[in-house]
Amino acid sequence: MAKEYGMLENIASLEGHDGSVWCVAWNPSGSLLSSCGSDKKIRIWGKEDKEWICKTILTDAHERTIRSVSWSPCGHFLASTSFDATTCVWRKNEKEFDCIATLEGHENEVKAVSWSRNGQLLATCGRDKSVWIWEVQDDGEEYECASVLNSHSQDVKCVRWHPEKELLASCSYDDTIKLYCEDDDDWVCFDTLEGHKSTVWSLSFDKRGDRLVSCSDDKTVKIWKSYPPNNKEGIHTNGKDPKWKCVCTLTGYHERTIYDVDWSHGSRELIATASGDDCINIFEQDNVTDENQPSFMLIAKQDKAHEQDVNSISWHPLYNILASASDDGIVKLWRFVET
Amino acid sequence: MASVRGLDNSNPEIHQKANERELLPEEEDDEVVDKIDQREVFDLVRTINDPEHPLTLEELNVVEEALVKVDDDNNMIYINFTPTIPHCSMATLIGLAIRVKLLRSLPERFKVDVAITPGSHASEHAVNKQLADKERVAAALENSHLLKVVNQCLSS
Repeated sequence: MAKEYGMLENIASLEGHDGSVWCVAWNPSGSLLSSCGSDKKIRIWGKEDKEWICKTILTDAHERTIRSVSWSPCGHFLASTSFDATTCVWRKNEKEFDCIATLEGHENEVKAVSWSRNGQLLATCGRDKSVWIWEVQDDGEEYECASVLNSHSQDVKCVRWHPEKELLASCSYDDTIKLYCEDDDDWVCFDTLEGHKSTVWSLSFDKRGDRLVSCSDDKTVKIWKSYPPNNKEGIHTNGKDPKWKCVCTLTGYHERTIYDVDWSHGSRELIATASGDDCINIFEQDNVTDENQPSFMLIAKQDKAHEQDVNSISWHPLYNILASASDDGIVKLWRFVET
Repeated sequence: MASVRGLDNSNPEIHQKANERELLPEEEDDEVVDKIDQREVFDLVRTINDPEHPLTLEELNVVEEALVKVDDDNNMIYINFTPTIPHCSMATLIGLAIRVKLLRSLPERFKVDVAITPGSHASEHAVNKQLADKERVAAALENSHLLKVVNQCLSS
């Protein structure tokens, strides 16, 4: 294995949550970080005089663990999902956040939420095995269910929209990833990505959206690539839809379940992974790679990043700064530096 | 849950309980750093009540000291448990009770893996996967009915 040539420098440890922190998410400008967890609270963190502080705490919207948070692309809205079966949408005002909508429909725990690129669609998923697509109306005041997708056979762990197109990806306890697009006014699953040997916990698209990375309870990370119809590699496709294939598997880098993965969209396209072994790993593609058989190198490893499982990681939208969240109740900020 | 169904195994085999742990002189010496060992972890789980019978998991041979592995230096604990019959519908609940007992008793640094003894249950893989999914375990423990049943197993 090549020598790692980067490291993570811990620039802040944000304490305040009582119990596990399940998710961290940056707003689009990177000025605010939101976090949520088993204490049923959302914390909004920001920088004041070079210090990271908790600016606001959002409470009383959810009755159970808040599993995930996600900002709208305009940065004016924050969505939160909870084990209480609901999704809340918060509007950011001058100083505070107001809960303006509660989306109901899932039978039980809602695990993840994601906004489409133009902010007009919201996707949620949960333990009831379904993925819901919601249309955003009246400037974010109203949400109407556009589709309920029941393609997965088990608990759906995560949903993520494509960075440019209206294409959705979901991953599940059934070990698969599924891709959806709109076809004749209805949403359909057009591809199922099989390869992981256990629960797929999370996924993330690359900057252009023609590849995605996934992470799993099988302790591997997989890179999948989209092959459009009539591709020069001769990969068989169905109709107008692309076919996604696994082009790389990263194995042996984590000792326990990998709970989250995030592919940065900055000038350096870095992949960060968060695991139950308390470590964070950073991978980067080797620049001499064949796109059909790319190789990725471990360029930084942070052992004992947290005292307990690392549940979530998120790259700052502009800089090589990473936020991480853990069962130890702490949110940490890291700067990736070359060594 | 347990009360509304008929008993899965109405006439289980009852096993001899282990003797109480003998205290060694160095364990009473506060100067010596005590590592968590196999017997200590076994002692935490042996007295858990079976959800159906007025017996402990030790008496039913569901847990055994030999099936507890502790690696204190690396903060790892592995426990295998053996359901009394291969179709035991209580297997997930028993595993959950073991997990909760250890979560509550051990230092937070420990990673605990609870799994069915290989070959002893028809749905071994499905039960193990469920017990290893900490998100589902967390959600289950927010369910007041289930928590009550688990707490009953843990009350002594």
